[in-house]
Amino acid sequence: MATKVVMAQLSPTMEEGKLIEWKLAEGDAVQPGDILAEIETDKANMDVEAMGGGVLRAILVTAGTTAPVGTLIGVIADPDENIDALLTEARAEAVASGGGASGASAPTQPAAPAPPAPASAVIPEPAPTAAQPAAAPPVAAPRSTDGDGRLRASPVARRMAEQSGIALAGIPGSGPAGRIVKRDVEAALRTAPAAQAAARALPESTGTAVSAPAATAPSGGPRLVEAVIEHSQMRKTIARRLVESIGPVPHFFLTTEIDMGRALDMRAELNAGLEQGKVGVNDLLLKAVAEALVRHPEVNASWEDQAIRRHGRVDLGMAVALEDGLITPVLRNADRKGLEAISVESRDLIERARSRKLLPEEYMGATFTISNLGMFEIDEFTAVINPPEAAILAVGRTEERVVVVEGQMEVRKRMRVTMSCDHRVIDGAVGARFLETFKAMLENPLVMVL
Amino acid sequence: MAVITYREALNQALREEMDRDDRVFLIGEEVGVYDGAYKVSKGLLEDFGEWRVRDTPIAEHGFSGMGVGAAMVGLRPVVEIMTWNFAHLAFDQIVNHAAKLYGMSGGQFNIPVVFRGPGGAALQLGAQHSQAPEQWYANVPGLKVCSPATPADAKGLLKSAIRDDDPVVFVEGERLYNMKGEVPDGDHLTPIGVAAVARPGSDVTIVTYSKMVQTSLAAAETLASEDGIDVEVIDLRTIRPLDVDMVLDSVRKTNRAVVVEEATPFAAVGAQVVDDIQREAFDFLDAPIARVAGLDVPMPYARNLEKLVFPQPQFVVEAVRHVCYRDRPAVV
Repeated sequence: MATKVVMAQLSPTMEEGKLIEWKLAEGDAVQPGDILAEIETDKANMDVEAMGGGVLRAILVTAGTTAPVGTLIGVIADPDENIDALLTEARAEAVASGGGASGASAPTQPAAPAPPAPASAVIPEPAPTAAQPAAAPPVAAPRSTDGDGRLRASPVARRMAEQSGIALAGIPGSGPAGRIVKRDVEAALRTAPAAQAAARALPESTGTAVSAPAATAPSGGPRLVEAVIEHSQMRKTIARRLVESIGPVPHFFLTTEIDMGRALDMRAELNAGLEQGKVGVNDLLLKAVAEALVRHPEVNASWEDQAIRRHGRVDLGMAVALEDGLITPVLRNADRKGLEAISVESRDLIERARSRKLLPEEYMGATFTISNLGMFEIDEFTAVINPPEAAILAVGRTEERVVVVEGQMEVRKRMRVTMSCDHRVIDGAVGARFLETFKAMLENPLVMVL
Repeated sequence: MAVITYREALNQALREEMDRDDRVFLIGEEVGVYDGAYKVSKGLLEDFGEWRVRDTPIAEHGFSGMGVGAAMVGLRPVVEIMTWNFAHLAFDQIVNHAAKLYGMSGGQFNIPVVFRGPGGAALQLGAQHSQAPEQWYANVPGLKVCSPATPADAKGLLKSAIRDDDPVVFVEGERLYNMKGEVPDGDHLTPIGVAAVARPGSDVTIVTYSKMVQTSLAAAETLASEDGIDVEVIDLRTIRPLDVDMVLDSVRKTNRAVVVEEATPFAAVGAQVVDDIQREAFDFLDAPIARVAGLDVPMPYARNLEKLVFPQPQFVVEAVRHVCYRDRPAVV
């Protein structure tokens, strides 16, 4: 039976994907589980695995093309199997949707063989087909979408995933037609930290398709070349998300300057005794934020239609700059971790963020985010809130400045931070008290290690 | 607590209620001299006399109407239907009179009548004598429908039914009459409209009633030993009014449900239960709700065919495995 290869929804926000590369050519033999292609989603690059075996008979979406979730991008079938109907249907839908080759939405799945007639009075739901192994399914790329791009998951699985902040799209489904069921979410929750990174590193050259008018500019000519940089999936998501934020979320901003002298001294003392896992300034900031959030739970909150949700966890997003965008890996339960654990975990997350090896659940569901542009010599800046978080802290560089201390001018190491607050959730004084605590933490850093 | 049969439990209920309230009387075919076709009324004629235990001609419509009329004027009749298969002749009295008169008289007449008798398939009694009637009467506003699965509930529910001011259709399990079980001593009452947990469990909820409770409990044992699946069995006990809350509480806990009934599947009690669950507990479901019911055919007489039509424990086992996504490949 022919196996359809579709543009799967690989993250909850993914609406379309770009085909980076086909790993196999038409006519190549395919085993179930083989890597067929690489797809750029809005967050990471991911492999498409074969769900069935045979021969890759047709490639319907070529490399470099973007296609909506659910589009039929290829067909695996036996060498002599007639797949004309599938191809015709795919093309018809492509024409109907006006999207050209890349706009096709896949036809409904080919009819599964009829389930065996029940030998009993059981009124059946369609039984799983022979293609669905009764035993534990292989861990494969998510396949729980039908041709319509809809993620198949049982209601309770959806509910559990939502409550635990895990992305359904990253979970292989073991139910009929790949439906994600309760046990799959339970397994994902058990193995999430140890899961193999599903994303692959992004090749350096992809992501920006530069069409330059000339390879080299003539001498004496303009020093810049005009370029059209196609939106990457990540750029589209950044744009959409930030517009969603600055539009409906009423931001206000609070700035304060913090004396970092004692914090830096403490860091130096700590690191003098450490061979590895040295504590960075960033780790101190994460720790201070986590401690301050515990003391001001009204900041660790989200606006919802009917209520403000105060989170029972402190999950800190860390904005990490990438070549062509940014991503915010999440340091979970930061309030329950010491500086050393924060240092080790945040470093790992940031490294894997830069190599695009984060799993969806590793960059979703933060309760508060820190963005630090100090390394770019930025004194201070304002950041845009990442909903549904209620605040984001923008951190500038630490530099020596002259300050007046008890009537005397002194040179001190100072750092400016600006918190953007969602005014629906956080009022001015609430935000100010949070920043006051944060500042006191860093200026009396021993409090943090209590 | 005494261990007695379901039949004896019903007899005790009748005897106790006739002792307690002299407005209570029993009427029906062969309930007196013959002690009842199934001996449920054994000894009652001797003890209460022919004014209280009345043999009638074979005329269901007539003596059911007498019951309704007696209830209208203040008595509390128990009308024995020899088996519910014969009650079709009395359908007009039960549905058009007993169920309607309270409302149509503007509340002037309560109809405290109990229609009781055995229902469901026994063994090789053919299409006309193998019917489970609960769903037909449960479709009628104005009727209450009870269907006890144990001796304790047979006694407790029948006593509650006799004391109830509304008409009650009381369906006993013909195959349950010899079932033995503990029955609490004293004035034991089971409330109408309250289900019971027949077996607590955590992985899947079976909702069922009457003799399918035994079938489901047997299936639960198989599933526990062969699959490690921990089944909760809910015995509805009363079909109308239905104890939806207990069903929902269980499904919210287990996330999976199988509804088991002996009757034919179309527009059945099980369909109603599925509807309640999907509307009220949608977000808690891990799988579409499965149903096990009799096949949608007149019951065949042939023994081998009857076994295919009538729900067997193995059918329940397979349905539970299915909703747990634990189907086994068919053995060829």
